[in-house]
Amino acid sequence: MRLVEQTATQLLAQLNAGEVTSLELTRACLDQIHRVDSRVKAFLRVRSDAAIATAEEIDQRRKNGQPVGRLGGLPVAVKDLLCTAGEPTTAASRMLEHFHPPYDATVIARLRSADAVIVGKTNMDEFAMGGSTENSGFFPTRNPWDLQRTPGGSSGGAAASVAARMTPLSVGSDTGGSIRQPAGLCGITGLKPTYGRVSRYGVIAFASSLDQIGPLGQTAEDVALLLEVIAGHDPLDSTSVARPVPRYTQSLREPLKNLRLGVVQEHYGEGLNHEVAAAVREAINVYKSLGARIVEIELPHARYGIATYYVIAPCEASSNLARYDGVHYGHRADEKRLITELAVERARLEQASDQAGLDRLDNALVKLYRRSRAEGFGAEVKRRIMLGTYALSAGYYDAYYVRALKVRRLIRNDYDAAFKSCDLIVGPVTPDTAFNLGEKSADPLSLYLVDLYTVTANLAGIGGIALPCGMSKAGLPIGFQLQGPAFTEETLLRAAYMFQQATNGHQHPPAIVTTNA
Amino acid sequence: MTLSRADVEKVALLARLELSSAELNLLTPQLQQIVEYVESLNELNTEGVEPMAHALDVANVFAEDVVRPSLPREQALANAPHQDGEFYLVPAVLGE
Repeated sequence: MRLVEQTATQLLAQLNAGEVTSLELTRACLDQIHRVDSRVKAFLRVRSDAAIATAEEIDQRRKNGQPVGRLGGLPVAVKDLLCTAGEPTTAASRMLEHFHPPYDATVIARLRSADAVIVGKTNMDEFAMGGSTENSGFFPTRNPWDLQRTPGGSSGGAAASVAARMTPLSVGSDTGGSIRQPAGLCGITGLKPTYGRVSRYGVIAFASSLDQIGPLGQTAEDVALLLEVIAGHDPLDSTSVARPVPRYTQSLREPLKNLRLGVVQEHYGEGLNHEVAAAVREAINVYKSLGARIVEIELPHARYGIATYYVIAPCEASSNLARYDGVHYGHRADEKRLITELAVERARLEQASDQAGLDRLDNALVKLYRRSRAEGFGAEVKRRIMLGTYALSAGYYDAYYVRALKVRRLIRNDYDAAFKSCDLIVGPVTPDTAFNLGEKSADPLSLYLVDLYTVTANLAGIGGIALPCGMSKAGLPIGFQLQGPAFTEETLLRAAYMFQQATNGHQHPPAIVTTNA
Repeated sequence: MTLSRADVEKVALLARLELSSAELNLLTPQLQQIVEYVESLNELNTEGVEPMAHALDVANVFAEDVVRPSLPREQALANAPHQDGEFYLVPAVLGE
């Protein structure tokens, strides 16, 4: 098997045994990027020279018998939402096209000190708003299994990088399903940790009470390896939780005895593709054969998840994105031009004695804000800012925002009740396999509905993992999801590992990996 | 709730977004559709439910009141589109 096709865990063992060097592996990944990424478009930027320099430095240390970090020289791709000091970090937005953060995100710092080789920054929906990576301000990413289809999103580049074996590991973010959904659509494993498990310091904010950083890889074992490195308390993020980080890779192989898996009947209702339903049922049968007990549970408010999410997330986004004002950093409109335009408009209104028009006329600073933002943000980001601003505006705050917060509580209460009778919840991760590029772009609401099975975990703040469980007749991956109570990543990973030991669906790479271009 | 084009224009000012006529025409029905969808939340009785703004029930997190190094001014200003080495520069708003 080619180097790039192996799992992070296999590669790490070879690195530590001196059978392969970080430089060889990094070069192999860069070659694979060179070979396939002109078609997949997973990367916004590849940092070849810096990656090679890092790999050489790690190899040198290993050769000298000096300590090497836990990732031992493994190449990792990072979603372009995490700040990398001195190097562009754009959130796939034109707004931040020329932004060079002055510091590293805590997750980036942790990756560096664990001796990861950061090979590049991956594409995403602008500011993580979307489920197809088509909202990138630069270009869409394509699904490695079918280049006419979306890899999902918003961490579409992160998922495609692993699926097309360009990197063994990726870091993504999940606000409403943005790790789990693309993992599902790309046939890989992706984990959204419990809120507070991973630091958000230096992560470009979308919806701060929902955003969480997490790992993507080929297997649960690989995901465990990366989570171990990035998880943990950070004094720079007051919402990161001071709980010890379990050694996920150590407990992983212990099978779960007497596992109780919750199944929600409503998951199998209208809108779920029958091939997906069949594959998820088959996954449940695998668990049964491994001794798990299936428990019927109810999440009666889950069907309000999308509505709740599409109030809360845009509200938080409209507030978070207020910082992009064309003054402190990011895109700024042509000031001279807009001042001239204002003067012309003012003269015209004065000429016409249009007092109402003059009263409505923006001053130069407001105009600068408005135009800088209009030029810097894409359509979906504007839509969500508008939605959030509306829902938070005087007279609507209670009717929309506060009501959504109350339903959020009901959704959380449902989970708390369900987890009294089961350990994990098993179900679909997406209602369908990967859709065609452009298929849902004309109808924003249709794309929002894709998040149906994933948003509730973000609202409740609990963890979830997506992993492959089959292929459709059209040759597209099908994934399923496990959700667990807060801070049960160990259980999620052990359950996912059990499944992957019993099945081999996660081992097949797409044809783009195995055929010569 | 029916959203008019004028409502959307007003929200655009609050959101500090300049929207073209074409964008207003597109956004008005789109926002209307999404707002109608989220109004399904009105089906639920939420009386007496405590709003949940956050997933963690954390108390205030205090930091020690000690001076620590922060970004030097030139670094903090480095990404500003228009600055003079000391201040961010904006168009004059006073004396109009």
